[in-house]
Amino acid sequence: MDADTIIETVNLTKKYNQYEAVSNLNLKVKEGEIFGFLGPNGAGKTTTLLMLLGLSQPSGGSVKICGLDPLRKAKEVKRIVGYLPENVGFYEDLDAVQSLEYVASLNGIQKNKTEEKINELLELVGLVQDAHKKVGAFSRGMKQRLGIAEVLIKEPSILFLDELTLGLDPEGALRLIDLIHSLNQDKKITVLLCSHNLHQVQRISNRVGIMINGKMVAEGTITSLAKEKFGVGEKEYSLEEIYMEYFQEV
Amino acid sequence: MSGLFAVFKKELCDHFSSYRFVILFALIAMVSFITSYMAGIHMKENLEALAKTRFPFLMLFSSPGALFSMIQFVAFFGPLIGLILGFDSINRERAQGTLVKLVSQPIYRDAVINGKFLAGVATISVLLTSIVLVISGFGLALVGVVPGIEEIWRLLVYLLISIFYISFWLGISILFSIFFKGIATSALASVALWIFLSFFISLGAEVAANAVAPADSQNQTKPEIIVKNMRIKETVSLISPMVLYSKATEIIIDPMRKTTGSIIMMGPMEELLSSRFQNPLTLGQSMIVVFPHMTALIAITLICFAISYLVFLKQEIRT
Ligand SMILES: Nc1ncnc2c1ncn2[C@@H]1O[C@H](COP(=O)(O)OP(=O)(O)OP(=O)(O)O)[C@@H](O)[C@H]1O
Ligand SMILES: [Mg+2]
Repeated sequence: MDADTIIETVNLTKKYNQYEAVSNLNLKVKEGEIFGFLGPNGAGKTTTLLMLLGLSQPSGGSVKICGLDPLRKAKEVKRIVGYLPENVGFYEDLDAVQSLEYVASLNGIQKNKTEEKINELLELVGLVQDAHKKVGAFSRGMKQRLGIAEVLIKEPSILFLDELTLGLDPEGALRLIDLIHSLNQDKKITVLLCSHNLHQVQRISNRVGIMINGKMVAEGTITSLAKEKFGVGEKEYSLEEIYMEYFQEV
Repeated sequence: MSGLFAVFKKELCDHFSSYRFVILFALIAMVSFITSYMAGIHMKENLEALAKTRFPFLMLFSSPGALFSMIQFVAFFGPLIGLILGFDSINRERAQGTLVKLVSQPIYRDAVINGKFLAGVATISVLLTSIVLVISGFGLALVGVVPGIEEIWRLLVYLLISIFYISFWLGISILFSIFFKGIATSALASVALWIFLSFFISLGAEVAANAVAPADSQNQTKPEIIVKNMRIKETVSLISPMVLYSKATEIIIDPMRKTTGSIIMMGPMEELLSSRFQNPLTLGQSMIVVFPHMTALIAITLICFAISYLVFLKQEIRT
């Protein structure tokens, strides 16, 4: 394992009965990078994330997060990884501050530090005005921003973001993407970003992986993938063109 | 530990601020009001006889009044309190998508179950304690009986056994909420099990006893057969937590009772004992008599927990 590899899987496999949702995945994510995790619906992205976090038991292979096995060292891994699931839910009768307080208490954050932290985070995600509104009355975008705040309260060094911008308006989505980018730049948080929005991924990620039918068919920087598919040339290819090329191949 | 406490606190707040709790409380308050009133009236009418009993205060709980006594009520409907508090504890979180968030925090997964269970137990304790207080207050006001020290101790033990009993059902409903993804399904399954264990077992016990040792009241059946019949019936019905609980609480509330079995089933030593000593049992003695029942109740609760852990710790949690 290289010194700067923070997430590593070896032959990671997940079978549901006979169906292989993820097969022999060898993934390496370096510390401090934003890794775009792409693939069509049902490719196995969410399944992979669940196994990385120990929420699902692999049928084969192994996972190391910062050198730790997420099944054996569940608590330690969950202390450093923040996971925002694709359809994150909330306790609808709590307000934003109460929701954050609950997550803080689950993370064992001391009471006297909680308030300051919450104010900071609400500022960061732009929910100061809605701090005491019930989450049940939040719009999709507000919920997503609250979800980010909840994930950040434990000060993670790795973020798993599944469909972060799903259902958000273009401007809101862009603001969220830029927020993630600045977190990556300022706090050196490693980000694993699952998304179908290739423009957004292209905008912020250093490397991407394309998963189709449980197999990683391509992995590398966008330029290197373009080179592999289209050869060397003057033209700059968009991630979308590259993706479609890989997709048609399978 | 902090994770357990955080879940516990949140769940407790949820319980106490829910309509479910308010309705449950109102219902139970109403029923205990009626039963204690009936029992009180009943006792007043029979004050003559009462003068001879040593523990009039406990009769408020054990005398049936019009319909049923307080302890019968808790034995029958107490399980519903446990079921109502727990039947959606895990699968509701799953349905609203908060379970995955909960288990991706740095807490042990069992802290989720334990926190929810303990919050339920705390709620049950508050509910039951207030019922007992209501009835006691009523007893004081209505029939003017004052509890003695021993009666208070007995009530406390009764309270404790009842909390264990209802907590068992809470454990069952939490297990079902882990097992079944649908909230309606887990509710139905818990109620079905409740009906089965509380009502069908006693029927089944009767059938089993009659099959093995047919006792016919018309024909002169040999006494051994009748004893065998009774013995089978009582043993089989001990499968039901309700029977376990009823037997245990009857002993605790009524110091004159010395065995959980029926008269016919007494062994020779027991018979000797009950004929020699007409005095009531001390609390310690009563507790020795019910000790096996208590152990059985706690044991089935623990088994239920063990299954919950096994299922939940291995489960894939997507939402
Ligand atoms: N509990 C399950 N039982 C059986 N198959 C499952 C289960 N969960 C997921 N799958 C299958 O595993 C495959 C991968 O699912 P996964 O959710 O990882 O896809 P995804 O890449 O996240 O897709 P999307 O982009 O739509 O979110 C799918 O084909 C799905 O049907
Ligand atoms: Mg997915």
